[in-house]
Amino acid sequence: MNKLVLTSRTTGTPARQPAHRRAGVPVLQAGLLCVFIIVLAGSAVADEGLPELKFPVPEFSDHPIPTASVPDVDGEVGTVWDIAILLVFLSLASYFTLVSRSRRDVLLLTIASLIWFGFWRQGCVCPIGATQNIALAIFDSTYVVPLTVVAFFILPLVFTLCFGRTFCASVCPLGAMQELIAVRTVAVPRWLDHSLGLVAYIYLGAAVIFAATRTGFIICRYDPFIPFFRLGGNTDMLIFGSSILVIGLFVGRPYCRYLCPYGAILRVLSCFSKWRLSIPPDTCVNCQLCEDVCPYGAIHPPTVMQSTGNRKKGKQQLGMALLAAPVVIALIACLGTMIAVPLAQWHPESRLAEQVRLEEQGVTESTTDASDAFRGTGRSVEDLYAAAIGRRSRFVKLGALLGAWTGIVIGIKLIYLSLRRRRDDYQADRAGCVSCGRCYWYCPVEKVRLGLIADISEVVPGIELAQKEGFPLGESE
Amino acid sequence: MDAKQERRDFLIDGLRVVGIAAAGTLGGFLAGRRGNASENRWQIDPDKCVACGNCATYCVLDESAVKCVQCFDMCGYCNRCTGYYTLDGLDSRDTAAEDLLCPTEAVIRTFVEGKAGQNFYEYTIDTDACIGCAMCVKGCALMNGSLYLQVMHDRCVNCNECAIAVACPSDAFVQISSDKPYRMKRAVVGVIQQKAEQSDAARELIDRVQTDE
Repeated sequence: MNKLVLTSRTTGTPARQPAHRRAGVPVLQAGLLCVFIIVLAGSAVADEGLPELKFPVPEFSDHPIPTASVPDVDGEVGTVWDIAILLVFLSLASYFTLVSRSRRDVLLLTIASLIWFGFWRQGCVCPIGATQNIALAIFDSTYVVPLTVVAFFILPLVFTLCFGRTFCASVCPLGAMQELIAVRTVAVPRWLDHSLGLVAYIYLGAAVIFAATRTGFIICRYDPFIPFFRLGGNTDMLIFGSSILVIGLFVGRPYCRYLCPYGAILRVLSCFSKWRLSIPPDTCVNCQLCEDVCPYGAIHPPTVMQSTGNRKKGKQQLGMALLAAPVVIALIACLGTMIAVPLAQWHPESRLAEQVRLEEQGVTESTTDASDAFRGTGRSVEDLYAAAIGRRSRFVKLGALLGAWTGIVIGIKLIYLSLRRRRDDYQADRAGCVSCGRCYWYCPVEKVRLGLIADISEVVPGIELAQKEGFPLGESE
Repeated sequence: MDAKQERRDFLIDGLRVVGIAAAGTLGGFLAGRRGNASENRWQIDPDKCVACGNCATYCVLDESAVKCVQCFDMCGYCNRCTGYYTLDGLDSRDTAAEDLLCPTEAVIRTFVEGKAGQNFYEYTIDTDACIGCAMCVKGCALMNGSLYLQVMHDRCVNCNECAIAVACPSDAFVQISSDKPYRMKRAVVGVIQQKAEQSDAARELIDRVQTDE
């Protein structure tokens, strides 16, 4: 560096000097050169010491220059403790729903989870958000995923495969919040319930795509109850969270049923669970009480025997659904490519490129903080455009993928709806039941088991008669 | 139980075992791949920060985890401090609230020494009062630029997606290893490293600062 400056000086100096002196005083020239070397050498030393300051740091007679301190990373709860507490909660939840069958204990555990995972840990780490970290960790090997996050994602999955959605019942703080406010619920029509339920799977697909491309963590951004757990949040979050709470008063667990991406995974796994909640401890008396009290519409009445004509129709329906599925998938995948631009716009760099383009074309006069900062960095506009265009073309593929995923979800739903199962008694839906245990409180057979009542007829008059005559009560369909 | 039901149960049992094994493998794979690497923490690169003020308002915490840090080795100890006074205040130099930049009186001015007809003042940050609004940082940038913002890790909850990072106009939010979860202006790293040979405080600071890219 020094050498380079020197040569430019030596060649530059004669040009600036008048011609007669240039020829006449070589000694002076050499002297000047020496001075330059000394000055440059001196400044090089100074460069290594302090940066160039407008006002140099003064030297005080008896006041040493202090050094600021920065706090260490606050070691909250250790990884091992975090995982251990989750394990204990999951085990207790499963024990209370499946073994001791106690709604009261489930409720107490729900409150404990709300306090611990919700208000104390402020809703973080949560398995719902962990889905994104796992997606990012799978697709980006440079991302260091915390072990707590891995455990929080995996453990509820394993528990669900064994015991059903006991995690949703009383461990998840978001579920707990909604569980406690579901006081005056109305039944959601089946068609609406099934259609809205699809949203969760689409949300899951979008969240995975956004997380894997580092575009954003949308599950965290639209977490409904974080502002309540942290007692503060931005307006969007508060409005969204409050709406979910208000809806939650009348529709049981709206977030869990229609939005929660992790719940979407657990729904599928719950269908294959080894053990699951069963409403009456032994014989169902078909009193319909459980179906009436379930705030989540997750209890199905016994099926009516199908006539052969109906069965044939069902089979035809299934065949149609199977045929239609690939068409639906292809169609929605095509539609997915069209939303590439709005999808890519989620990335701040793409938004910045758009803003810079508008400024360059003179469409907008005003600049934003981001575009000002961009111009400060010295990065070329073309480079920014290229990055944004690259991202957009990537999102064309990802949009198609998201569309195909949506199509698959709709297809599977259609097939699932055309399958008919035979039920002899009231049963909890394998996917929809969150194992909250509310039905235990109302089941007369359970009450007899607990010794609260001597006979079922105390709660449901006439049930014995109906049983004897072979009329199952509560034939709603 | 009829044969059909038995076959079905067998299939479902198989699927379940496969599912549990897959979940376990995924967990093991991810845990193994990350190895012993330390997790990431959010931090502000002071060389990229444009002191826009978003840090004060976008943090999910009530009181932002972002605070101002004074790098005394860059400070000119000026009497007419542009990080302390508003432009009007620079002339009057009284300490009435309207003449001060800091909205929470978190910048504390203490007289140090009078030398050669000049008075020198030390400016320290009261971290508990600071809200990370960057008013002083922006003012100081006119002069030496010794004030800069940092995410304080005793407060930061390390969100997956830092709300300030989303709002940051200049990409100044970076994720760095929690071994050394702080940054400082690159220009001053050398000075602090030299200082660390004598001073414990400087050593403690430099141990927590990422000095390379």
